[in-house]
Amino acid sequence: MAQKVLDAVKASHAAAIEHTESQHGDEIIWVKRDQLLAVATWLKTEPTMAFDAPVFCTCIDRLDWRPLGVPPSQRWTEDKPRFEVVYQLRSTQHRFRIRLKVAVSESDARVPSLASLWPAFDWQERETFDMYGIRFDGHPDLRRIYLYDEFVGYPLRKDYPKDKRQPLVRRDDLPINPIKRPSIFDDHGKAK
Amino acid sequence: MGVELTTTRLEDAAKWAKSSMLDKATGWGRKFSLFSYPFVTACCGMEFMSVAGPKYDIARFGAEFPRFSPRQSDLLMVVGTVTEKQGPALKRVFDQMAEPKWVIAFGVCASTGGFYQNYHTMPGADQVIPVDVYIPGCPPRPEQVLDALILLMDRIQSGRGHSQLRDKREQLIATSQDEG
Ligand code: SF4
Repeated sequence: MAQKVLDAVKASHAAAIEHTESQHGDEIIWVKRDQLLAVATWLKTEPTMAFDAPVFCTCIDRLDWRPLGVPPSQRWTEDKPRFEVVYQLRSTQHRFRIRLKVAVSESDARVPSLASLWPAFDWQERETFDMYGIRFDGHPDLRRIYLYDEFVGYPLRKDYPKDKRQPLVRRDDLPINPIKRPSIFDDHGKAK
Repeated sequence: MGVELTTTRLEDAAKWAKSSMLDKATGWGRKFSLFSYPFVTACCGMEFMSVAGPKYDIARFGAEFPRFSPRQSDLLMVVGTVTEKQGPALKRVFDQMAEPKWVIAFGVCASTGGFYQNYHTMPGADQVIPVDVYIPGCPPRPEQVLDALILLMDRIQSGRGHSQLRDKREQLIATSQDEG
């Protein structure tokens, strides 16, 4: 169905596409990061595409991703970019569905923001920033949305310790008050 | 020093038999006129509604009236998952309640954090405020809630609630300092 979209994007933006794939009936376009805004603008404004409904924006952390049944060449390794930023779009007019993916590395976790095209992505990008620490360039108001400002680190990254809590208040009369104890974690969430 | 803190329910009963008529009367009055503040944050709220509704009818025990201002209530019901972000709000609600006050942790989430072991859930409301009675269950049956309420009423009558004990402790410390 959305194979049409894949073909059209390949024809018009051949230089911006890394590769395309289909998974479980969903078509995926891997876009080069600096071309993402151009491709997205085209998808929205081109009348034969008319992607008017933003569905979600999220991120996948591929750290230590070693699934069974996947050839080793496709698995995450040190030299591959660690994060995949995912945008899912929908065209209510033509009933197309498409997924845009951008690969970003840990040291340079930045992606152009699509909040100017679809305002609904504003909060979704803030959530992705909150949980994964992806910076969205050009976002109007990029700050934490769920967590408090005192929170250090990004909890859905795979290297965040799974039971590390960052309490705001604790009772003074408890024998162990973790706020008063020196933390056993450093600023990056690693054990000292 | 004449410092004695009650420890068992039997000792309590003995003390209660000896306590003055006034103490008995205030304890009796307090235990049958609990005004609860439901701090409802998650799914346990459904079960709280059923306890408060006509079928299980918590009103039979005099705790029927949820007040939505902490100033007007003396029983704080922490119903549901408490996140670290809510901690300051919970502490503030508790601090605003007038003494003497009691706290029930309703459900495993409010008691221990339940099955959440992660960055956002507080491992039990007792990390922030003193809790008198814990109700296990996910969510607890209404009968368990009524059982906990009766347990709490027992404690109120014999003056063993957290805030009552703290009062006693402070009095004892003050008198022993006067003597010393
Ligand atoms: S104890 Fe169970 S029912 Fe109650 S708030 Fe937690 S998860 Fe929900």
